[in-house]
Amino acid sequence: MIDTVSLADRQTDSPKHTVQIFNRTALLWLIVAIVAYSCVPWYMLEDGFWSMEWLDGYPFDTDYAPALFLIAQGEKLWLAPIGIAILLAIPAAFLNNTNRLYGWLLITAGAAGLIFLCAQGLSIGIRGWTADWITTLFGELGDRQFGMGYGALLTALALLFFLTTGLAARGAINGDAFVVGAVGFVIAIVTVFIFFPISDMLSSAVKNDDGLFSLTTFYEKFTHRKIWSLACIDGEQSCGVAWNSLFLAVLVGFFTTALGLVFALVATRSGVTQAKLLRPLTVLPIITPPFVIGLAIILLFGLSGTVTTFVADLLGIQPTRWIYGLPGIFIAQLLSFTPIAFLVLIGVVEGVSPAMEEASQTLRATRWHTFKTVSLPLMRPGLANAFLLGFIESMADFGNPLVLGGNYDVLSTEIFFSIVGAQNDQGRAAVLAIVLLLFTLTAFYAQRKWLGQKSYITKTGKGDSGQHTLLPKRILIPCWAIALTWATFTLTIYGMIIYGSFVELWGLNNTLTFKHYQSTFAIAFDENGWRLKGAAWDSFLTTIKIAAIAAPLTAIIGILTAFLLVRQNFFGKNTFEFGTMLSFAIPGTVIGVSYILAFNVPPIEITGTGVILIISFIFRNMPVGVRAGIASMSQLDKSLDEASLTLGASTWRTFTRVVLPLMKPAILAAMVFSFVRAMTAISAVIFLVSAEYNMATSYIIGRVENNDYGIAIAYSTVLIFVMLAIVCLMQLLTRQTRTRHVV
Amino acid sequence: MHNSHKNNHSREYSHIGTKAASVEFSGVSKIYPGNVIAVDQVSLRVEAGELVTLLGPSGCGKTTTLRMIAGLEKASSGAIYIGENDVTGLPATDRDVTMVFQSYALFPHMTVDQNVAYGLKLLKLSRSELKNRVENGLALVGLQGYGDRLPSELSGGQQQRVAVARAIVLEPQVLLFDEPLSNLDAKLRRQVREEIRDIQQRLGLTVVYVTHDQEEALAVSDRIIVMSNATIAQFGTPQELYAKPVSEFVADFIGEANVIPVYIESLQNNMATVRVGDHEIQMDSNNLSIGRAKLAIRPHQINLFPSERHNTFDAVIKKCTYVGSHIEYRLDSNLGELFVVDHQTDSVFEEGQLVGISFSTSGPVLLSD
Repeated sequence: MIDTVSLADRQTDSPKHTVQIFNRTALLWLIVAIVAYSCVPWYMLEDGFWSMEWLDGYPFDTDYAPALFLIAQGEKLWLAPIGIAILLAIPAAFLNNTNRLYGWLLITAGAAGLIFLCAQGLSIGIRGWTADWITTLFGELGDRQFGMGYGALLTALALLFFLTTGLAARGAINGDAFVVGAVGFVIAIVTVFIFFPISDMLSSAVKNDDGLFSLTTFYEKFTHRKIWSLACIDGEQSCGVAWNSLFLAVLVGFFTTALGLVFALVATRSGVTQAKLLRPLTVLPIITPPFVIGLAIILLFGLSGTVTTFVADLLGIQPTRWIYGLPGIFIAQLLSFTPIAFLVLIGVVEGVSPAMEEASQTLRATRWHTFKTVSLPLMRPGLANAFLLGFIESMADFGNPLVLGGNYDVLSTEIFFSIVGAQNDQGRAAVLAIVLLLFTLTAFYAQRKWLGQKSYITKTGKGDSGQHTLLPKRILIPCWAIALTWATFTLTIYGMIIYGSFVELWGLNNTLTFKHYQSTFAIAFDENGWRLKGAAWDSFLTTIKIAAIAAPLTAIIGILTAFLLVRQNFFGKNTFEFGTMLSFAIPGTVIGVSYILAFNVPPIEITGTGVILIISFIFRNMPVGVRAGIASMSQLDKSLDEASLTLGASTWRTFTRVVLPLMKPAILAAMVFSFVRAMTAISAVIFLVSAEYNMATSYIIGRVENNDYGIAIAYSTVLIFVMLAIVCLMQLLTRQTRTRHVV
Repeated sequence: MHNSHKNNHSREYSHIGTKAASVEFSGVSKIYPGNVIAVDQVSLRVEAGELVTLLGPSGCGKTTTLRMIAGLEKASSGAIYIGENDVTGLPATDRDVTMVFQSYALFPHMTVDQNVAYGLKLLKLSRSELKNRVENGLALVGLQGYGDRLPSELSGGQQQRVAVARAIVLEPQVLLFDEPLSNLDAKLRRQVREEIRDIQQRLGLTVVYVTHDQEEALAVSDRIIVMSNATIAQFGTPQELYAKPVSEFVADFIGEANVIPVYIESLQNNMATVRVGDHEIQMDSNNLSIGRAKLAIRPHQINLFPSERHNTFDAVIKKCTYVGSHIEYRLDSNLGELFVVDHQTDSVFEEGQLVGISFSTSGPVLLSD
């Protein structure tokens, strides 16, 4: 009908607003690349970039020099090909984006530059070539390089965006440069900060002491009886750590689910409105550092604990250390994680449509029969979900086993002790981490594959009318009994923490004192003015600073990822989603170990800096940001985005002008949540802190190890109240934004 | 409010121009993952300045077709032209097409003014021109003075007008409507659809309009595309679709129709002798050949008589429903079950009564089997 010549003519005549913008994109990243390559110090600076000490001697001092100056002086010549890749991209800035050459130039320059940048970074380290086979191939290098700095980072970013812009120009993901760039960026950071360290750790598990590849070493370590021994069954010795962890996790998963269900039922179906007061309980695990419950349990049941001494006096028996070990960890984890199960199950219990229960009752079923045959089966997938969550949390928990473990070794603490203890056996830590990862990933996979499809949640969003059936008496009464007991216990625990922080020396000298607060948070006034004298200020302020930097970054990456997942369609989206959610299933200790193994040496040498803490928080908490983003974005009518697009706005403009403003509450929630989580985290942090960057939680753990309970508890109390204040503030803020929007 | 703005149309409309262009599909298909064919090899042409409706049951592919014009869905194969340009590969952002969404999709965090100005801001207009065009757009839909309100402070009908203004001020080559009336109550619908038609005709816009309501389609359209199972069932003016449906599906979808099997016995010029049950009828052959065929008869094209009349089919009244302006009958006959509308409301047949029926001489259409 239409011949091809006229078709081509039409194409070029078509009114494209993007012609300019596309070239601007290329130009922008080209400038970034050139500046980064020729003006910014290529390598990591010993005193940190922001100290600006490098300005002395810049740009010729080889420690501080940008890549271009290094090459000009005949140093680090292996950086030259990266410069050539950047030169290759220059013509693209002056080409029309419909030109085939434009896309291919950028793709070639970006891909070649990135590949070479990674290759040289991985193969040349502090002692020259990093592997023997490269040395045999090229001969001795006689030179070395340190970790990459801002120059390298910015160059890598620019090269990445060359590649994505080029791919977009060739038609990837509907030719949308922003979307391709965002997908590329998220893939890149997840690869560098999750897949790279984890696979690095896996590889160190299959190396022997000489650093050589050895499957037998791996096999020996993996099948070691300290991991898999079943000796405890006949009661002789203790079992392997894997079985210990597994047994504990199953136990905790089962009981948290049962307790969570009891609470959810009481809160929604007891017919007592005050039962709603149970809801604030769900905030507790968010604001409580993970080992604090453990501490309180020691105060109650420890050797000189209140309950222990009371019972010992009463019965005239010798106090024992029975709480250290499985009972202690189990009680502490039960208290810590039941609120999480409650949070999940309250949604499930409310999600069962009242109409179904009413239908059952009109069919002559009694309340008990309705509950047994309709309500409970409908909740089954939710129950399984809560169980798996409890399982994963228990497996990953580090704080409570550390404080209460005694002789009951579990994987997460064993990993820690293989690294920091006298053994310092990285291979063993890696093997233990693999075992732990196997358990959590299996649970995570089961949760997604098996439960992902099976949801009986019957809510349609169309306002199911009707009332939830009340619980039958024979269930309600035991439920109330359990819930009240548990609530009292929780209150006692938290009361203990506050009370304990004012006691001179728990169990021995019960006089009340402000001593602990004074030694941690005192502020002195002397000739130099106000001074933070307390011992905890340093770690407290570092914690606040690190958490405050990490929180907005986590929220932005989370929301951006959610936008890509909910609103965009591209090849490999499922894999992309799995990759971004994966870090949820990776226990903190595993992240910690893999980070110190991977980022202790070039090309990324950030151990001991604040950056490594920030990065670990971002990737630990990213799944939460993504989930929050997905949940809130699913509520946003998709036609809002589409309206913006049809009105001529680009995806970038749509994202910034329409999506982000409407997601304010979700962004705020994600920020507060990741801030609070960064303040309470311990498992990964304990590997990554340094003298300069010590965090509150690791400081507290240090006090606990010195039996300095008073200070540890006082500090924990302060943390709890600070975080409570933050969470309340957020509640207030989100309520305001919400009312303003709805009107 | 509506009337007052009608009085000074000429002044208000003079500022909003039109770049109306035609839309052409050439063998366009849309296949979703999992091999779901939403649109199958569709070719069509909408002329510039014409209002064409995409009509069909849910899942027929009409919305997908509309979204492919907008660029919100990418065609799996085939080519799409707007005016003279091949836009097949262009994303929505780069097409000169705007759309009024079913949910209106007003940005809830922006005022009415900001909503209408959203697309204009990208055109780099001067501040005064931007303001002018926003005002003209709001005046066109009769919402002067509402600029500072938030969408949540407007009624459903007003929100809809803002959505129309926002789409029109960009002077698009093609304006799309996705079931624009479905969120309005029944009384408002007639008024709003007249307003849409009015604006379209005055500005000479090319409009493609999706609906599943055949009455709405008949009322607003220059031409209608009836879609079924991812393909075009028929494309024609409202009169053509009603009087000359080409298939049983179209006959039944546009107004109701009784479809009964018949046999064409002989042809003479354009007239066919058709055997219906025990009778023979003469009618337009509709270019069919001798053999089995179907006859589509509208409910009001069947006349009822007390049973003893000559030359009628026998039937029994099964069900009789009084609905005010007319009476609806359901009949059992040896032609099958028939649905009849009788505007004579004073002589009522009773259920179970034996009646004679005959067909109007013009109206019933022969369809291929």
